Amino acid sequence: MNSTETLLTVDDVKVYFKYGGTGLAKKKEQKYIKAVDGISFDIKRGETLGIVGESGCGKSTLARAVIRMVPAHSGRVLWMGQDLLELDGNSMRDQRKDLQMIFQDPLASLNPRMTLGQIIAEPLKTHFPKMPRSEIRAKVAAMMARVGLLPNMVNRYPHEFSGGQCQRIGIARALILEPKLIICDEPVSALDVSIQAQVINLLMDLQKEMNLSLMFIAHDLSVVKHISTRVMVLYLGNVVELAESEAIYQNPLHPYTRALIAAVPDLDKPAPADRASLMVDGELPSPLTPPSGCPFRTRCPIAQDICSVDKPKLNTSFNGHCVACHFHGVDQRDN
Amino acid sequence: MSLLEVKNLSVEFDTPDGPVRAVQDVSFSLGEQKTLAIVGESGSGKSQTAFSIMGLLASNGRVTGSVKFDGTEILNASEKVMNTYRAAQIAMIFQDPMTSLNPFVRVSKQMAEVLMLHKGLSKTDAIKDSIRMLDAVKIPDPARRVHMYPHEFSGGMRQRVMIAMSLLCHPRLVIADEPTTALDVTVQAQIMDLLSDLQNDFGMSIVLITHDLGVVKGSCENTLVLYGGRVMETGPTSELFAEPTHPYTRGLLHAVPRLESNEAKLATIPGNPPNMQHPPKGCAFSPRCGSANDRCVATKPELDWFSADRSRACHLSQEELV
Repeated sequence: MNSTETLLTVDDVKVYFKYGGTGLAKKKEQKYIKAVDGISFDIKRGETLGIVGESGCGKSTLARAVIRMVPAHSGRVLWMGQDLLELDGNSMRDQRKDLQMIFQDPLASLNPRMTLGQIIAEPLKTHFPKMPRSEIRAKVAAMMARVGLLPNMVNRYPHEFSGGQCQRIGIARALILEPKLIICDEPVSALDVSIQAQVINLLMDLQKEMNLSLMFIAHDLSVVKHISTRVMVLYLGNVVELAESEAIYQNPLHPYTRALIAAVPDLDKPAPADRASLMVDGELPSPLTPPSGCPFRTRCPIAQDICSVDKPKLNTSFNGHCVACHFHGVDQRDN
Repeated sequence: MSLLEVKNLSVEFDTPDGPVRAVQDVSFSLGEQKTLAIVGESGSGKSQTAFSIMGLLASNGRVTGSVKFDGTEILNASEKVMNTYRAAQIAMIFQDPMTSLNPFVRVSKQMAEVLMLHKGLSKTDAIKDSIRMLDAVKIPDPARRVHMYPHEFSGGMRQRVMIAMSLLCHPRLVIADEPTTALDVTVQAQIMDLLSDLQNDFGMSIVLITHDLGVVKGSCENTLVLYGGRVMETGPTSELFAEPTHPYTRGLLHAVPRLESNEAKLATIPGNPPNMQHPPKGCAFSPRCGSANDRCVATKPELDWFSADRSRACHLSQEELV
C-alpha cells in the first residue's frame, strides 16, 4: 500500500456556513456554523476510505467540498498535486472527469424525464462533445452490461426500476468517464439488505477491475468496515479517529468509536454485558452552539475537566492509528 | 386468549393497471405484553398489514379476512367504532416523525388533543398528562419543551414525542412501523432500549415492523418474515435466527454485513423483489431462490406448522435446500 501514489490530499479543509446577521441592523452579529472544522486526510490509488459519523457530523459536506459542490472556507484539496480549490470553472470541470460521485437516494438522483441510456450517456456528451454517437452507444452498452443492467432496459425511465437497479444506473453514470476517484455518499442506506449486499459487491468488483479509489460515506459501521481499507470517524465536523479498518474495529481508541461499535446490533451473539456502559446518551449537540474543548465531551463516558478546556489534537498513536482524545482511549472507568 | 388475532388477512388495491394484491393470507396472533416482529423488505406488505389492522388503508384498498382484538372483530369496522379503539386500545408509531407531526402546531396541543378527544380531559389536565408522558420517554425539561414546535426537536427527540403521544391513553397494543429507520445507529439503540423499558412499565404488547434484522434480534420474542405479501416463516426469534428454515430467511440473514466477518464478498440474494402488479405464479420467492424447482414456480406453498410454534412456507424440505 505504501508504494502506491497518493491521489487526493485534503489539508485542513474548513467549510463554514453563515447564519444570523440577516438584515442591515444585525450585520455585526455574523456567525458561522462550522460544518467541517479543519479536516485533513489522504486517499491513495486503489484504496477505499470509509467515513462514518451521525447525521450532521459533516460527512456529506466534506465530500461536497472536495468536488466543490459547496465552497470551502479555507484549506487545500490537492488532487494529484493540483489544488482544486484554486481552479477556475473550466479547469475544475476537466478535473471532474476523474472525480465522480454516487448519491444516496437512487431515484431522486436520476432525472425522471431521461431514459436510462440518456442518463448514462450524459457525462460523455458533456465532457466529449465531439464523440461520435456510435461510440457513445457502444460505451453505454458496455457499461450497462458491466453493472448488471440488461440491454433491453436502455429506453426505459427511472421510475420503472427498483431502488437497487436505480443505484446501478447511478454507478454506471459515475463510471462511464473512467474516473480515478468515486465519492459514494451513503450509496446503500436507502436499499434493502439483500440489494445492499449486491451493490457493495458490485462496487468492490469494479474497484478491483478499474483500480478505483473510493471515498465511501455511510453511517452503518458494519458496511463501512467491510468495504474500507481505512476508516475515518467524524464528530461535529472534526476527525476523532482515523485508522486501518481492522484496527478501528479490533482496537477502537476513541470513546465515540466504541459507542458506535457498541450500538450496532449483533446478529450472532447476545449483547455484551458492558454494552450499556459503552453507549452514549443524548444526541449530537447543535452545531450552532458547539461545546467548548473536545466536541464529544458532553456525551463522553470518560470526560474529565481538561476536556472542556482543551480541544484534543489528532495524534498518531501507532501504525498510523490517529485519535483525538486526551486519554488516547485509555479506559478511565477501571481506574 | 391472545390480545390480537389476525387470520387470513388479504389486502388488495384497485389501480388503473388492475388489482394489486399487497398482502395475501397473513395470519398471526400476539399475546398480552408480548412483542412480535414483522420483517420484510420494501414492498413485502408489512406496512399495509399494520394499516389494515388500524383501519387506515387508502381508499382504493380492500381488505378481507379477520382481525380480532381482545376477541372482538375490528376488521372493516365503522369509523366510529374504530375511533374507540385507536389511541385508547391500539396506537401506532409511524416511521418518519417529522412528517407525522403537524409542523404548524405546538407539541402541547398535538398531545393534549389526543387526551381531550379520547378521555375527555380538560386542556390543563391534558397538558399536565402530556408533560408526565414526555418525562417518561426521557425528554429533558419536558415542562418547557412541551410548548415547542416539532422542528425545534432533533430526529431522535421527535421520535420520543411520537412514542409519548402513542402511549398517552395507555393502549394495550402499540404498532411501531419502522420506528428507528430514520435515526442514527446510536439513537436507534436508545429508542429501542426506551421501548422495551416502557413495555415493562406500561405492560403493552408491541408489533414491531422493520427491515433491520439486528433490531429484531435484540427486542422481539417472535418473528414473522414476509415476502411478496405472504408469510415465509414464523417462529420464536432466537430459534428462527439460529436455524432459519426458509431459503429467503437464510439469504436475508447471510446478506447482513457483520463486524466480525473477514470474508471478501458479502452473500447476496440475486435478482430484485417481485413486482406486485405481476406477482410470480408460484412461490413469490422462486425467481430468486437457489433451490427452486418446477413445483415452486407452478404452485404456491402453504404455511406448514412443523412444530408447535414454528411454521414455514416452502415446498422443499430443509435437507433439499442448497
